[in-house]
Amino acid sequence: MSSTPRASDAAAVQAPLIEARDLRVAFQMQRGVFQAIRGVSFSLGREKLAIVGESGSGKSTVGRAIMRLNPPSAIVTAERLTFKDVDLLSASKKELRRLRGRHISMIMQDPKYSLNPVATVGEQIAEAYRTHHKVSSREARERALTMLEAVQIRSPKRVYDLYPHQVSGGMGQRIMIAMMLISDPEVLIADEPTSALDVTVRLQILAILDDMVKERGLGMIFISHDLNLVRSFCDRVIIMYAGRIVETVAAADLDNVQHPYSRGLLNSLPRLDQKRDRLPVIQRDDSWLEAV
Amino acid sequence: MTAISVKNLSIVFGEEDNETKVLDAVSFDVEKGEVFGLVGESGSGKSTVLRCIAGLYTHWTGEIRIDGQPVGAQLTKERCRKIQMVFQDPYGSLHPKHTVQTTLAAPLRIHGIGDIDRRITEVLRDVGLAPHLRFRYPHQLSGGQRQRVAIARALILRPSILLLDEPTSALDVSVQAEVLNVLSDIRDREGLTYLLVSHDLAVIGHMCRRLAVMQQGLIEEVVDYADLSGGRAQQAYSRMLFDASHHYDRSMANDITAARQAGGGTIHGA
Amino acid sequence: MSAQASQGPAKRKKVAFLDREATSVTEAFLQRLLVGIHTFLSNGLAVAGLTIILLLIAVAAFAPWMATHDPNLQNLSMALKPPSSANWFGTDEYGRDIFSRIVYGSRVTLYIVTLVTITVGPIGLIVGTVSGYFGGMVDMIVMRITDLFLAFPGLILTLTFVAILGPGLEQAVLAIALTGWPAIARLARAETMTIRSSDYIAAARLQGASSLRIIFGSIIPVCLSSVIVRLTLGMASVILTAAGLGFLGLGAQPPTPEWGAMTSAGREYMLDSWWLVTAPGVAIMVVSLAFNLFGDGLRDVLDPKSK
Repeated sequence: MSSTPRASDAAAVQAPLIEARDLRVAFQMQRGVFQAIRGVSFSLGREKLAIVGESGSGKSTVGRAIMRLNPPSAIVTAERLTFKDVDLLSASKKELRRLRGRHISMIMQDPKYSLNPVATVGEQIAEAYRTHHKVSSREARERALTMLEAVQIRSPKRVYDLYPHQVSGGMGQRIMIAMMLISDPEVLIADEPTSALDVTVRLQILAILDDMVKERGLGMIFISHDLNLVRSFCDRVIIMYAGRIVETVAAADLDNVQHPYSRGLLNSLPRLDQKRDRLPVIQRDDSWLEAV
Repeated sequence: MTAISVKNLSIVFGEEDNETKVLDAVSFDVEKGEVFGLVGESGSGKSTVLRCIAGLYTHWTGEIRIDGQPVGAQLTKERCRKIQMVFQDPYGSLHPKHTVQTTLAAPLRIHGIGDIDRRITEVLRDVGLAPHLRFRYPHQLSGGQRQRVAIARALILRPSILLLDEPTSALDVSVQAEVLNVLSDIRDREGLTYLLVSHDLAVIGHMCRRLAVMQQGLIEEVVDYADLSGGRAQQAYSRMLFDASHHYDRSMANDITAARQAGGGTIHGA
Repeated sequence: MSAQASQGPAKRKKVAFLDREATSVTEAFLQRLLVGIHTFLSNGLAVAGLTIILLLIAVAAFAPWMATHDPNLQNLSMALKPPSSANWFGTDEYGRDIFSRIVYGSRVTLYIVTLVTITVGPIGLIVGTVSGYFGGMVDMIVMRITDLFLAFPGLILTLTFVAILGPGLEQAVLAIALTGWPAIARLARAETMTIRSSDYIAAARLQGASSLRIIFGSIIPVCLSSVIVRLTLGMASVILTAAGLGFLGLGAQPPTPEWGAMTSAGREYMLDSWWLVTAPGVAIMVVSLAFNLFGDGLRDVLDPKSK
């Protein structure tokens, strides 16, 4: 994949894939406007960036805003929201369709709802490839089979002809990953991709994602509620609360977070290695709702 | 004294030519006042064990004893007053058209217990629900509040055993902490026995001293949590489950894949 | 319907009442009801439907005062007169005032709709929930019986029953009810089967609730919404079927002013005297449309997920 010509190649590699500055998303409700995202700024390089938060923090809304997949009632504004040099806010519907899947892909929590129940999974992966590449159906099939192998499906030929209801949750998620990565995107947004899976399956799926990011130099936004997971899986962590970023830290420094909310969130987790009589409960503070 | 004693519990689902043995000779004992954990991945049968003990399934074989007394397959009112259950999904376990008051009053009416008002006030206080929420419908409550109502409903008949089926897995971590604290407080005060099912080993570790590791309808082993976390579990599967819960590790993922391919799905042996 | 009547005073108090915390089960229910009424009233078409239905009820109630003539008084010298200031919708072949017959005909229509609904609703609901809850043999037998009914086109089956029972208004009502309950039972059964496996039913069983208590206390309240919607939407077809039976001479017998029978009688004079069929035809159309719109509005309130 050729990157945009720049002064130097090094600068091109360094340039962020996704940049958001003062991103705001509001929803038009029956009774007034609800501010879901209230000024979020971050940039994504070729790394694994986690966005963590509780339900209602707006973490999924951020992912959808980048894909421009918000419902029509959403009002998205930002000082800057770009994929490389493309302004995602002013891009036409046609441009967005080209970007989605081809350059930016998304994996959802439950593959059951993302796969078409009346087509075989192989056809769907091949179709995803043909949407963005002009190739014969035979070549698309070959690509799809290679991709199924890449996500560690043991007998790709057999799986190719299965229908979505015939595959397990873990297998379904692998198929989704194959489908989302077949057109070689540069950014992958994964919205709770492993929360519906068992721990051992989860580990395997994460390993696949990890390899893909490393081999292909992807930038990944990993939306999750699981602090223990992002600590060991991601490079950087953004912690969101009520539509704002309260803190951004390197994953390795997650134990040294400063903000009282981040600290409270970490403390309220039951620990595998130490026993406590009671779990500390977060005492919420109205000042957290304001800008940091 | 043993609160729950399960011996050779088996259950089969499905028609004759398409039978699946969901539980295969499961045995374990839970002491009075203990919090006993059941862990396993989906399909391991951990929730099925709870439903058999509660009396929701009637076609199991084997033996279940509550406080030393064997129980039959049928659900009796006496059993209802002794064992209650809290379900995983607080959105699906409350009747959408019943207020908190209606939900909590129903069991008292069924068992002909008077003093409804005072009992409800008490139980709401026990689970930490503000009294003004008493006449709300489920859709007017948050996830954590709903789960507290579900716990209150389980407690209102003053049972001695509470079966907890993933009680916090649908909740945010901060809410999970609150609900786990409520459960600990109630147990400390009333001396209840808990049988806690969870896929989250951290939750099990926080609540339980002993636990059973299940895989595909079988109990792999009954182990002290201290031994499990210290890496002294007997079964490879238990150790792997613990490690996989702990953090993400690339080489561990490879081991699992290798084990899956060798063992054809299950992971056996030490 | 108290929705319209209570709207004025309720609306002024509503803000305060709805925003405060309920202090009893009744109050919580009332709040829920008011929110539902509010949603319903914001749907223009549904309100139009409700208005027409209320109008129909008013017309039926005050028929003697609204009618300008005796609906059954024959006056052959006045036969087949076009609409005029004396006979607003004209007169029929016996010189009877069509407007007055339409006004009295609303009583017949309401009578049929009410009677069919209050028999079909409870029977369908109880048969469906019991069959769905217990499953097994009970379910099998009940469902084969409903299959039997549903296998025939509704009107044909109704005609068969009328043929057995003999023509007449009561017989027509009975025949329509006999063919109507299986559809409701099917709907209630399907809903019951989903509800039956839910955790809140499991919880109710664990509290020691009897099957009877679970069906009446937990299952029927949930099924009720969709059954009410279905019944309301079905009222339009009840009216049409009744009119159809009347048209074929198998429903209300002369000289009862039934809209379907009126259309049928007017058919012979249609080319010269168009008003004979037009007035009752429009009445049937407007009222069945009104029930349909009302039912759609109710569905948005009672069953928001089906939108």
